[in-house]
Parts: sequence; structure tokens; C-alpha cells
Amino acid sequence: MSLTVGVLAIQGDVHENLLSTKKAIKDLGIEGHVVNVKTADEVRKLDGLIIPGGESTTIGQLSLVNSSLRVIKEKIEDGMPILGICAGMILLAKTVDDHVLGKTGQPVLDLVGIKIERNSFGRQNDSFEAEISMDSINIPNFNGVFIRAPSVSEVSSDVEVLSKFNEKIIAIKKGNIIGTAFHPELTTDISLHKYFVNLVHESKN
Amino acid sequence: MLPLAGERKNAKGIIFEKAYSRNISRGTSTLKRGFAHMLKNGVVMDVTTVEQAQIAEDAGAVSVMVLDKLPSDVRKAGGVARTASIRIIQEIMDSVTIPVMAKCRIGHVYEARVLQETDVDMIDESEVLTPADEHHHIWKWDFTTPVVNGARSLAEALRRIEEGAAMIRTKGEPGTGNVAEAVTHIKKVNDELRAIKAIYDSGDNQDLIRMAREFKVSYDIVEQTARLGRLPVVNFAAGGIATPADAAYLMSLGCDGIFVGSGIFNANDAKERARAIVLATTFWNEPEKVKEAQKMIDERQSMLGLDVNTLELRMQERGGSA
Repeated sequence: MSLTVGVLAIQGDVHENLLSTKKAIKDLGIEGHVVNVKTADEVRKLDGLIIPGGESTTIGQLSLVNSSLRVIKEKIEDGMPILGICAGMILLAKTVDDHVLGKTGQPVLDLVGIKIERNSFGRQNDSFEAEISMDSINIPNFNGVFIRAPSVSEVSSDVEVLSKFNEKIIAIKKGNIIGTAFHPELTTDISLHKYFVNLVHESKN
Repeated sequence: MLPLAGERKNAKGIIFEKAYSRNISRGTSTLKRGFAHMLKNGVVMDVTTVEQAQIAEDAGAVSVMVLDKLPSDVRKAGGVARTASIRIIQEIMDSVTIPVMAKCRIGHVYEARVLQETDVDMIDESEVLTPADEHHHIWKWDFTTPVVNGARSLAEALRRIEEGAAMIRTKGEPGTGNVAEAVTHIKKVNDELRAIKAIYDSGDNQDLIRMAREFKVSYDIVEQTARLGRLPVVNFAAGGIATPADAAYLMSLGCDGIFVGSGIFNANDAKERARAIVLATTFWNEPEKVKEAQKMIDERQSMLGLDVNTLELRMQERGGSA
């Protein structure tokens, strides 16, 4: 059966994720297509969803406006795979603090028992690229692009840590939910997108 | 992945260092242009106080731009317009979680240095302030902080990108509340992109060289841009945006997002207007939602606006020939 993977197109680097996912589907030889989604109705038709990087306060508030946030939560609780990147991972969390300002009170999905520290590595001048690894999912070398990146400061026992950088947690997995602090869509390496598409493929079949 | 046309791998702004006990790099084109990509489909709002910055964040702005005076007040005040007080920029950085940008004068290398040291997230080398150098813009490859520049044409945009701009915005005519010039500029850039794409597709390399000479940029960046059929960096609209419909219209012309200057905080309904402009920018291709956004504002509260034909000061011309 053909897969439909959506990229939440409220705000952020939607197009880069669309391209990486298209390439991943093609590379894997899986039948499927990738679409931008905004509305609750569009989200209902998906087999998998990517919430891209952007500003988490903006994406959260605006998806509340058109009730897509509620449908996304229902779908994920029903087992739809999701990849949350940077702002996207922030939205999956239970609680969010800012590195400088403390508690943010912003709207989140509360789907994974993780606590986020926003802007964990500092401001834009502290944004960086570095080699990272996600050994447990067979991605040993990956160029991590961290842009005003968050990190995960606490995880509950049901959450698997996929990667750490200098003792900070930068990628997590809980069942069909994946979150990363870095931006795989800004690199030419599509291995994480391929891993995600496979997850969508397996959950559908 | 990101288009990296025109990038310089040996730029001084790139820092290789050992941190977190690993080899890392900062200030690369991927990080600087990538930052701009995270702002896409969003609204950046001009602010002058902490209170305005918080209103902007609550309204869903993706970033705030700190100025000493809003562009329309710069116009009224006259005199020399310089970068904002560092104290105010810092107070704003300490009070919102979204990125904070600030403007420096065209060519003023040391205002930009000061802003980089202040740790702002992006620097706007802006024609709204009084130019410090009539002949040169800042060589932005020397900076780790990404820089955005204004442009009225493809030639200006490519010259700025070759100097290291990580993002482009159309100039429009700032501080007028009149969207006409922004519309003209984005359409001109689009037309010129279509033209070089057509030349590229025809395989006429000699004609691309002619364009490069006309634009006063390298052949490489013209060729790479022509192949892409769009600017290799994120391109926002700016200058004169005052209503949700203005924002939606510019998004429909293919802009990646919107800068709003005087339009929000010089209106008498700033809070509602800020929210409404964000909504219209996000849902620009759904006329029903744009109408809802437009309903949130009262035209009687809009800034009065100026006819661009009668202006004594045309900010858009600043730095245009360099």
C-alpha cells in the first residue's frame, strides 16, 4: 500500500524536509508520496508526520488556531510515526524550559516524557556543526547541524536515548516517536529520513 | 538540503574549535543560511522596547528586530539614524525566547562588530539607518553572526550574497505604510530570476556571462542561481507592510516570509494587528482565513501612510549602486 508522509507546513524549513523525505522514499524503493499539511483534515489522512524546525512558539500557537495540534496528538496516540526536529521535538515534550528565561508556558503536545531545555547551547553565534552518532539505529556517523538547538534535560524510563553530545541528550525515541535537536534536513545525508520512512512503512504494513 | 551558491569556505567568520571535547565549527554558510531557513513562513517584527518585543512573541512572531526608532519615526525625526542602544537590545534578549535581530548602518563594520559581540542572532545591514559608507557594504564573510541585507533587484541581491549575506529582504520603502514599492521589488526580482533561468535552460553560457557583467557579480553565482531558479538564500518581503492583506499578498508573490516595520507598533491596535498579520502570513493561500485576520484590525487604526511619489527621503536608494 502506498504511504503518505506529511510535513507540517505551518512555519519553518518545511521544503527541505519535503525534499529529504522524497529522496528517502525513492532510495528505499517504497511506494509513497510526501505532502505539505496544515489543516486537521489533511493530518487525518497521513501515515506519518514530520514536524520541521522553526520557531516552536509560532508553530505551537498557530496549530492550536486551526485545531491541527489536537488531531496530531490523537493520531500519534493511535500509533502514527512522527519525527520532530528541533522545534518539532520541543512540541512533542511534556515540559519546556528556556536556558535563560526558565519556564515558557508555550503550547505543547505532551506526548513523550521528556523535559526540554530550549536554546540549550546558546544563541545563534553558538550554533555549530559536529559529528554525532546514533549507534542504536545504525547511523554511526552523522553531521549534526545545531541551530539555536534545544536539548533534552530529563527523560522518563520509557524513552530511549538515541544520541548524546557532551552529556546532553540530542535525540530520543519512544515507540513510533522520534525527536532530534539537530537538523538532518539541512545536510545531504538522508539516513535518518530513511530510518523514519521505514518506520512509517512498517507501522502501515 | 540548503542551496549554498556563492559560499566561501575560507571565510574569516567560520570558527573551527574544540568545544564539548569535540571538533566543531561555527559560522558556516549552513548554520548562517540555515538560521534564516528556520524563520520561513514567519513574521519578523520591528520593536523598540521590551514591552513591544513581548507583544510580538505572544502574537507568534518568529523573531524581533530591535531599532532605536521605528522607520516612520526615523523619517519624522531626521538627523543621523544609528544602531539601537546596546542596553535595550540586551534587555530584549533577556525577555523573549525567540531570536533577536538588530540593525546597523550600511558599511558600518564596527556597529556590526558591536552587535556580534552583543550576541544578537542576526544583523540587518539596513538602509533605514543613515549609511556610513556610500561605496561599500560590510564584507559579511568576516562575521560569525548571520547578516540580512535589503535589495531592490536581482543584481543587488546577488551582490549582497557575494559579500556574505545569509538572507535577503526586499527594500520596499520603509516607514511609509505603503506596500507598493515592496510589491514592485519582489516582482522585479522574480522577473529577473525567470529571465536568467530561461537563459540557463537555453544553454547560452555567453549570455549568462553578459548578465554577470551587468549585475557586477561573478559568473559562478549567476550560473548557480539560474540553475536553482530562485535566490540561494531565504528571501523575505519588507517595507510598508501595514495590514494582514498586505502580508498575504506578498507571500502569494513567492516571498519566504515578512518583515513588518512601523505597520504594527505605529498602529493604534498593535496587539490585534500583530496577531492578525501572523495569521495572514501563515494561511496566506486560504482567503477565508486572511479575511478573518483582516477582520481583526480596524482600518481607522492603521498608520496613515505616505505616498511614495512625494517623499523627500527615499531610503530604498541607499546603498543601491554599491
